[in-house]
Amino acid sequence: MQFRHKISGGDFAKAGNVASAVKKILHQLNINHSVSKRIVIALYEGEVNVVAHAYSGIIEVNIDEEKIETKITDKGPGISDIEEAMKEGYSTATPQVREMGFGAGMGLSNMKKNSDSMKISSVPGEGTIVELVTYIKPNAG
Amino acid sequence: MTIKEITEIIDGKVICCEERLSTYVEYAFSSDLMSDVLTIEQENLVLITGLANLQTIRTSEMSDINCIIFARDKKIGEEMVSLAKENNMILVESPHSVFHISGELYKAGIKSIY
Repeated sequence: MQFRHKISGGDFAKAGNVASAVKKILHQLNINHSVSKRIVIALYEGEVNVVAHAYSGIIEVNIDEEKIETKITDKGPGISDIEEAMKEGYSTATPQVREMGFGAGMGLSNMKKNSDSMKISSVPGEGTIVELVTYIKPNAG
Repeated sequence: MTIKEITEIIDGKVICCEERLSTYVEYAFSSDLMSDVLTIEQENLVLITGLANLQTIRTSEMSDINCIIFARDKKIGEEMVSLAKENNMILVESPHSVFHISGELYKAGIKSIY
């Protein structure tokens, strides 16, 4: 099962719509609750990142029997130092993002915590790609 | 403790999903930082917050939090109520501060996560 959603940068009213839709699908597919929760949290963090930092983005989710793969591709400023960005507390968020309750520099590390593997690639000035894999059956990975 | 009992302790006004007030909760977490809320693995908790926007509801949806208490009578918008209803989430307004609400609930036996 595959789906693809577009996200608009800066549109906080819609941030979370994709994660919410995915949550409902995982529930319908009867995916284990703790697995589903990890995926949904990681995806929501990713979605908020795109809304907070990028101009636009695409979320692709691919579900098979073993795992759920999520790819978040955005057009935006990119991340010049990924290692630095992964550190808890590091943030370039605007005051508007902080007013929404985010921007504490915790998102990327929480995405890592809630996935079995996470890859980030980024070209400053062009955008960022985050790829997450979460296995449906514990210990399958 | 049920959410109904909690609302009585904090002079709360229930904004939506009254039919779920008999839900039992054991834990509470107080935060205005949604990033922090998203790191909680514990379920069966109420969120006490001063942050009233759509992302408070969205974050609670993702974290499976089914009751949010808004301190100091923060304004809960229509969009927030409609999203909360969609997710069967109880929203409560309290005139008291986050500190006051947290203290009263702690005293009444609601547990802290950390």
